[in-house]
Amino acid sequence: MTAVLDARGLGKRYGRRRALTDCTLELPPGHVVGLVGPNGAGKTTLLHLAVGLLTPTSGTIEVLGGRPAGGEGQLRRVGFVAQETPTYANLSVADHLEFGAHLNPGWDRELAHARVAQLGLDPNQRAGKLSGGQRAQLALTLAIAKRPELLILDEPVATLDPLARREFLQHLMEVVAEQGVSVVLSSHLVADLERVCDYLVVLSASRVQLAGEVEELLACHFRLTGPRRDLSTLPADQHVIEASHTDRQTTLIVRTDGPILDPAWTVAQRSLEDLVLAYMGQAAGMSREAANGPRLVARP
Amino acid sequence: MIWLTWRQFRMQAIVAAIALVAAAIFIAITHAQLVHLYNASGIPTCEADGDCFGARNEFLSHNQALRQLLGLALLAVPAIVGVFWGAPLVAREQEAGTFRLAWTQSVTRDRWLATKHVVIGLASMVVAGLFSWMVTWWFGRIDQLQLNRFNPGVFDERAIVAIGYGAFAFALGVTAGMLIRRTLPAMATTLAIFVAVRIVFAEWVRPHLIGPAHLAFALNTSSVNGFVSRNGGAPMLTVDPPQLNNAWIYSTNIVDSAGHALTPEFLAQACSALMDGLGPGLPGLGKGPIGVGAPSTDKTQSFQACVTRVGEVYHGLATYQPASRYWTFQAIETAIFIGLAVVLSGFCVWWVRRRLG
Repeated sequence: MTAVLDARGLGKRYGRRRALTDCTLELPPGHVVGLVGPNGAGKTTLLHLAVGLLTPTSGTIEVLGGRPAGGEGQLRRVGFVAQETPTYANLSVADHLEFGAHLNPGWDRELAHARVAQLGLDPNQRAGKLSGGQRAQLALTLAIAKRPELLILDEPVATLDPLARREFLQHLMEVVAEQGVSVVLSSHLVADLERVCDYLVVLSASRVQLAGEVEELLACHFRLTGPRRDLSTLPADQHVIEASHTDRQTTLIVRTDGPILDPAWTVAQRSLEDLVLAYMGQAAGMSREAANGPRLVARP
Repeated sequence: MIWLTWRQFRMQAIVAAIALVAAAIFIAITHAQLVHLYNASGIPTCEADGDCFGARNEFLSHNQALRQLLGLALLAVPAIVGVFWGAPLVAREQEAGTFRLAWTQSVTRDRWLATKHVVIGLASMVVAGLFSWMVTWWFGRIDQLQLNRFNPGVFDERAIVAIGYGAFAFALGVTAGMLIRRTLPAMATTLAIFVAVRIVFAEWVRPHLIGPAHLAFALNTSSVNGFVSRNGGAPMLTVDPPQLNNAWIYSTNIVDSAGHALTPEFLAQACSALMDGLGPGLPGLGKGPIGVGAPSTDKTQSFQACVTRVGEVYHGLATYQPASRYWTFQAIETAIFIGLAVVLSGFCVWWVRRRLG
C-alpha cells in the first residue's frame, strides 16, 4: 500500500532559519500517527508541507502518492485542521457547512449535519462566538465531512481545556473507527497522543528523532539501572538514548531489539512519555553540543 | 467558489448598493435644481435676449462646491474599492489564518483567488461605472457650456475611464494585500500607489497616447494678443490659441514656414516703431495692445503694422488633440488600466500558486 506520507530529505528554511532539516519519514496507512515534539520543533512546518500550504526548500514529499495540493483530486483526499482551528468569525455554523458543501465535491451532508446536531451546536451561531472546543469540533466536522482518506490535525487540542480535549479526541476516535481514515495528529503533549495514537514520530530540533509503531517502540526500549559502569562496555546492539550517573549507580534508557542478558541490570519497561522525553532530551543535548563545539561523550 | 465569494462579499455588496442608491437620489435631486437654475439663468433664450455670455457666467457661478464634491467623489470611488475590497481580500485571510481553512478544501487556491478576483473585480468596475455615469449625466449641461472635456479634473471625472480605474485599484489592492499580508499597511500602500499611478498617468502618459495634431493659423490683430517679456528678456509676441471647443491644446507658438520660432531680432526690426518705447523687462507689457489705459490711435496703428509685418513671414501654430479624439482617449486609457488590472490579477494567481504559504 502507498504510504500516507513519504518524505525524503525534506527541508524547509525561512531565510537562514531552518524549520525542518533532512526529514526522511515514511508513514504507513491505517494508523493514527502522533507527531510529537517541543514547540518550534517543526511540526507545523512538516504538516503544512504535507497539505501544500508550504513548498519545500529541499527534498521531496508525497502524500497518498501525490504532490500536496497538487490539484483538486489531491485536495479532496486530505482533510486538514489547522492550528488554533481557524474558522470565519462572521459566518455561522450553518454557513460553514454550506462552505464545506460548495467547496468539496465529496461532501457528506448527512454526516456534517448529524455531527453538528450531536455536538449540540446552534446552526445560527456565528463561529466567532463559539468556545474554543466548539470551534475545534466545527473545524473537525469540516475536515471529516469532505470524506478524506487522510486526516491531518495540527495541535487541534492545544488550546482546549482538559474536558474539551477528551471530548475532541473521543470524537476523533469515533471517526477513525467509522470511516477507517488514516490520521496524522500533532501535539506537544505526549499524554494527548498516548490515548489515541498507535504510531509515533518524535520531531525535535527540526529533525525526526524517532518513528515507529507505539507497541514496537515500547517493546524495544528499556530502562536499565545497575552499578556504575563505562558505557563503552555495553553490547553493540544496545543504543543509549539517555544516561545518568551517580557515584555508584548508572541509569540508562537503551534501545535494543534483543533481550537484556546482563544480570547486573534491573530492567524496566518505559512509558511512552518517558521515551519521548528521552529522545527530545537527546536532541536538545545534541543541538547544545553542536552549539558548543565537539566534546567527548560516550554515545552510540 | 461563486457561493463562497458571494457569501463573503455580500455585506460589502449591500453597502455599495445602498451607497449607489443614496448617491443616485442625491444626484437626481441636485440635478433637478441644476435644470431649474439653467432655465432661470436665461440660457435657453439667450440668443434672443442677446446676452449668452452673461447668462452662461450666471449659471456657472452656482454650485461650485457641489461640482467639486461630485468630481472628488468620483475620483475617490475607485480608490475606496481598492482599499476596502481589494487590500483585505487575501490579507485578512492571512491575518486570521483562515487561508489555511480555505486553501485545504477541494478547490485549488489559484481557482479560489481567480474566482474572487473576477467576481469582485467586475463588481468594482460596475460600481465605478455606474457612479461615473451618474456624475457624467449630472454635469451634462455644465460640460456643454464649458467645452473643456480634456481638462484634467474633467477628463478623469467623466465617461468610462472610471471603470478602468476601478478594475486597476481593486487588482492593486489584492496584490498589495497578498504581498504585505497585513490589512492596514496594505490599505495604505494601495492608496498611495493608486494616487501615484493616476498622477503619473495624467501628467506624463496621457499626453503621449496619440501624437498631437497641428493647426496653422494666420497672425492678425485678433489672434495676436500682445507683447510679453519673460524673465527680463526681450519682448515677444504672444498669441491666443484658436477657439477649439473641447480640444486639448498643448501649446501655441509663432513659427515661420520652416518651423523656426520668431526671433527677437526679427521682431525688433519689424516692430521698431513700438520697440523704441519698450525696454527689456518693462512692466505693463501684459495683455492687450501696447500700453496701459486707452491705446492711442497712433500706437494701435503701429501695432497693426507690426502684426502684419510679422504675419507676412510667420504664422501661428497650435499643437493639440482635436475634440473628436475624446472617445479614443477615453477608450485607450480605460483599456490600459483594465490591462494593468489583468496583469496584476495574473501575477496574483501565479504568486498564490507558486510562492505563498
